[in-house]
Formats: sequence, C-alpha cells, structure tokens
Amino acid sequence: MTLTDWPAMLGRTSFIELGARERARALLDDGTARELCGPFDRIESPWLEPQGVVPQCDDGVVVVKGRLDGRPAVVIAIEQAFQGGGIGEVSGVKMAAALSLAARDSRDGTPTPAVLLLETGGVRLQEANLGLATVAEVCSAVLELRALQPVVGVIAGALGCFGGMSIAAGLCTRLIMTEEGRLGLDGPEVIESEAGVAEFDAADHSLIWSIDGGRQRVRTGLADALVLDDVTALRTAVIEAVRQGVPAEHRSQRIAELRARLEALDPARPPEPADLADAWAGATPRKGAVR
Amino acid sequence: MQTLTYEFPAHLPAARRTHVGVVGSGDLEILMTPTDGARVRVSVRTSVDGFDTVWRTVLERFFARHPVAASFELNDSGATPGVVHLRLRQAIEEGNV
Repeated sequence: MTLTDWPAMLGRTSFIELGARERARALLDDGTARELCGPFDRIESPWLEPQGVVPQCDDGVVVVKGRLDGRPAVVIAIEQAFQGGGIGEVSGVKMAAALSLAARDSRDGTPTPAVLLLETGGVRLQEANLGLATVAEVCSAVLELRALQPVVGVIAGALGCFGGMSIAAGLCTRLIMTEEGRLGLDGPEVIESEAGVAEFDAADHSLIWSIDGGRQRVRTGLADALVLDDVTALRTAVIEAVRQGVPAEHRSQRIAELRARLEALDPARPPEPADLADAWAGATPRKGAVR
Repeated sequence: MQTLTYEFPAHLPAARRTHVGVVGSGDLEILMTPTDGARVRVSVRTSVDGFDTVWRTVLERFFARHPVAASFELNDSGATPGVVHLRLRQAIEEGNV
C-alpha cells in the first residue's frame, strides 16, 4: 500500500470506524460469528461505579468465536471508545480466558488461532494493580497459545496500542498495522511529562508517527504488515498471517538480534527516525553471542 | 455519576432483546429486554449529575410515542437528548417493535 493508492483509499470500507463488535464479526466468515460473554451476560467491572464512572455491560472487550477462512478461530476486540480501550480486571480476564480456551481447544484437536484487535491505552488507571495483574495474565495466555497456534495482533487506529498491552502486542506471532496505527510502550504524553518536551514533543504529530506509526514499526521489523484501513484488506492480511502458521522462533525470542540493534545505536547521538531502519539493517548478532 | 429510574405505561410488544451503542464520550449504550407487563421500565446510569428533569422529559416524550413493553437499561456517557433519542429509536427498530 502506498499513500498515492487513491482508488483503494477512496473505495475502502473503514475497519476502525466500526465498533469493536462489528470489527470482530467483519473479520470472521459470514454467518459464523458467535459472541461469548455478550452484553446480556452483564459481566461488567465492579470497580467503576464506586468511583463514579459509568460501566459498560461488556467491559469494553468483545470475544467472538467463528470461522476464519473456513477454520475455527477466536477474535478478541477492544472497544476504544470505552475508557480509551483501557484494560481492567474483567476485560483483561475475558481476553486471557478466551486465549486459554483457544489453547485448550488446540491441544484437544481443534486448532484455534486467535486475533487480537488492540486499540488500547493500556491498563485502566481506575483499576490500577488489578489491571496490571490482568495484563500479565493476558501475556501469559498469549505465550500459551502462540506455541500451538498463531496469535495475530491488529492495530488499526490512531489511538494505538500502548502501555502493558503493547507488551502483549510484542508477544504476538505476527502484528498487522495501518499507517494511522501507533505502537509504543509509553505514550507520547507520558514520555513528555516524565522526560521533558526536549525528549519527546507530544504535540508534534509527525514526530510521533515517524517513531510510533505503523509504517515505521513495519520498516524496523517491530510489526510485520502495513495494510490500508479497509475491512477486506485487513481480513485478507489476517487470513494470510494465520496461514503462515507458528514460526520456529518468535520475534520476542530473537534476543541476540534485538541486543545487536541496541548496540548499534549511540544514545548520545540518536539517529533520525528515517535512518533507523538502515542503521538496524546492518546490526547482526556477534558470532557466539548468548541468545 | 447518578442512577435514575422511570416507569411509563406501555403496550407494544418487542420481538427480541437488543443491544446498541457504546459508553463513549457523548454516546450511550442501551440494553432492551422485552417484558410481559403493560409498563416500560427505564434505568439510567449517567456520568452527568443533575439532569433528572431533562431525562424525564426526553423519556416521557419518547415512550408516549413508542410505548414499548420492555425494560431499558441505559449506560450514559454524557449523550445529548438528540443522541439519546436516536439510540432509543435504533434499539426498538432492531427489536422489531
């Protein structure tokens, strides 16, 4: 995809403009979607109302089982409009449990890959430690399933994927992003408030996207595919990512390669974002380096 | 945050339960469950305090025109009366009233 692919751009049906439930359903084969823990099960957060925050009946996470290109799959979608996609105790456990069930089904003879739609600012601050604990459970469940079946992450919107959930994104078998999508551990506002505007100017959008944006993340190998924000394009990319199966080694296991990349940089003279991919292209692990 | 409840007379049956909307800024979610009685029960959890009278007026007007025998749960994040009306319309439309 290029920025000048106008016919595709004009003819698209935006994926990110759909709600979480519709996004999950749009990825699956027509007529196969079946929601687990739906809105009428009323599994909402018990921690929000005492703090004066109106809860949502699905706690902002939608779990849908169905078929993807004819094979069983589960899609877990975060609703970014509710609490900025923040993960709390209940929503996190929904994700972790759905991933663990997919792992159990995979072990029991029904291979069930998972797709995570990660539009989230990370842990929901109102649920502090419980949210942090639940992110650890999600990461643990991703590790459990990815050994058996692909766990495909999708970051489609400008809200991006930050905080604890960016760690889950980093653990995914494959990561699909759009040009508008962002991925980072700390969000720009957090970096600016902690380290100052000279470190990272949270008002400078082109700077932010040149570092956290989908194009840069794909160029530097931290994400795998750059796709137009279009329902069909994303569904095709997700099917392709699942089809590629479980790799011998996941990105997060390539420690020597990641270490070589860190060693290739001088923090006193950081490269321009545009030069980072080239700087890293030549960074190969030393012979005999400890993995 | 404030919790409000209302009841109005109703007689139109709804074919199925429906869920619409999202608890996002300026929006609300609605869960509609059909009931047998001749009443409509509405419970509202709203992020904005002090608008009891506006809620009563908006809901009274809507259910006078669409007396749907159902329970409505509204989780509101500061939706304007116009948005509330549209979401209610969407809920009963999807519920095949």
